[in-house]
Amino acid sequence: MELIFEKSAPGRHGTVLPKSDVSPAAELPAALLRAEPAGLPELSELEVVRHFSNLSRRNFAVDTNFYPLGSCTMKYNAKAAEEAVRLFAGVHPLLPYLPAGESFVQGSLGVIHQLSQLLAEITGMAAFSCQPLAGAQGEMAGIMMIAAWHRSQGQQRRFVVVPDSSHGTNPATAALVGYEVLTVPTSSAGDMDLDVFRQTMNNEVAAVMMTCPNTLGLFNSQVAEICAIAHGHGALVYCDGANLNAILGKVRPGEIGFDVMHVNLHKTFGTPHGGGGPGSGPVGVSEKLLPFLPSPRIAQRSDGSYYLAEPAAESIGRLANFYGNFGILVRALAYITMLGRDGLVEVSEQAVLNANYVMSRLKGWYDLPFDTGCMHECVFSAARQLKQGVHALDIAKYLIDRGFHPPTVYFPLIVKEAIMIEPTETESKETLDAFIAVMIEAAQLAETNPEALFQAPRTMPVSRLDETKAAREINVCCSWVIAGEERGLRI
Amino acid sequence: MDYYFTKEHEWLRLDGQSGLVGITAYAVEQLGDITFVELPRPGREAKQSEVLCAVESVKAASDIYAPVSGRVLAVNEQVESGPEIVNQSPEEEGWLVRIELADPGELRSLMNREQYRDYLEGLS
Repeated sequence: MELIFEKSAPGRHGTVLPKSDVSPAAELPAALLRAEPAGLPELSELEVVRHFSNLSRRNFAVDTNFYPLGSCTMKYNAKAAEEAVRLFAGVHPLLPYLPAGESFVQGSLGVIHQLSQLLAEITGMAAFSCQPLAGAQGEMAGIMMIAAWHRSQGQQRRFVVVPDSSHGTNPATAALVGYEVLTVPTSSAGDMDLDVFRQTMNNEVAAVMMTCPNTLGLFNSQVAEICAIAHGHGALVYCDGANLNAILGKVRPGEIGFDVMHVNLHKTFGTPHGGGGPGSGPVGVSEKLLPFLPSPRIAQRSDGSYYLAEPAAESIGRLANFYGNFGILVRALAYITMLGRDGLVEVSEQAVLNANYVMSRLKGWYDLPFDTGCMHECVFSAARQLKQGVHALDIAKYLIDRGFHPPTVYFPLIVKEAIMIEPTETESKETLDAFIAVMIEAAQLAETNPEALFQAPRTMPVSRLDETKAAREINVCCSWVIAGEERGLRI
Repeated sequence: MDYYFTKEHEWLRLDGQSGLVGITAYAVEQLGDITFVELPRPGREAKQSEVLCAVESVKAASDIYAPVSGRVLAVNEQVESGPEIVNQSPEEEGWLVRIELADPGELRSLMNREQYRDYLEGLS
């Protein structure tokens, strides 16, 4: 497919702009003026529409294909939520800062306030900030608040404890905030090893970060005990809420003993994700951490009106321009209110049922390192297929040929040749059956004709990409030719 | 030449008061193609079992732990520009760091080749 720059024809355009009645040379200093045109592509509107429509058709998306990417909760993004966002088009983010401007944005402030309250109710935390722009930023805000709380107690602690099954962002967050990371191995049951955890804990540990349920798709039955042990050492416990979809309406992490938690609106609450984003990672806290929440916060007066509250002196401050990814907050509020309490309970029940169905249908064909009932996702190993030289990656590429987005592979790191499948609640049994059939087909090919898997994908616009070369030679260069002259942009 | 091994799949090859440190063939096989190696500054004091450097592969980023305590005498700059050397020759050309032993007694906590082979068998 040609680049949009290659389709450019001099003088072609989609819009006729009025002649400028301002001379840039008269208004701007010479140093800010272009010596030559910007080199933008010149096309008609129809050409642009066709270009991007055709590009989008070469992509995998939830709207076109089953997308069982483990730990990512690629559920259907309801179109009604997109309608809700349109209601807020044109609201200027500075309005509430203008004198009397608040009265013009009561609806927008109300969205943020109501969503924060609903998230607090769903998770059992005392309050939420909807500012973080992604899950990882929610994590960072959470660990910054934990650090601030320790400082308020006159303490400066050194360590953050994570299980070896954790998302990579957990240790990365701890390191970014300035902590040293202590890793606890996983027991044969798939939980954090409690004995090693006890030995690891000391009074220099600031926080324990847990994913609940964990990345193996298992609910740690000892999680309350882990919280109690951590609290016994004066440490706080962080809940990575990436897997909240499994426990909606069933378990409230705040009641188990978690002190801080982030949720991913783009996973659990059905907002766009994976190239369609942006994300949003609201962070919630228990009572004692309330003063440290990011600012600004939206508060409600006794007459029901909303306003931007003065930041608390202890607040960790502002994390994002204005109020976070507001459009995403609107979608999430629409999602929650459309489903209601009973709907959210059904979400988690159906998500867990679907994952267990896939797990039980495939476990005769793939190794299942932790063979217990799973929550919202199941983790297989392609160790059996590896004996024929077939890697998890080969199976993933074969699935693309057969019309399915691959599951997550090689994560969690503790499972050899991991294949992590999260079907979500929005898929039908027919879709799951079709996927299962292709997974079985791949397992059979691994035995009878592994070569067929090594050559996948064969039906896509590009064949197997050289990931090693891409990672070793990060020379990203965009170049194109306009009127016989090569132009480029080196990044 | 004597090789010592850790449970985290680092090796140490001793020659005199110092030794070369790298990752084992098994580690490389698990990691897949290595795409980036982050080496320590020469002169840094390393402590046994603490993070010494890091490697990234197409599958994961992994910390490399110091098999023994001591001062970093030199690093293999060739693997910085050509990380594929670690894949091609993990236990020879693909060494990462030369470390000066602070306490030869620490060698007792490491495995010899035979013990390491048994340990690997227990893993699969």
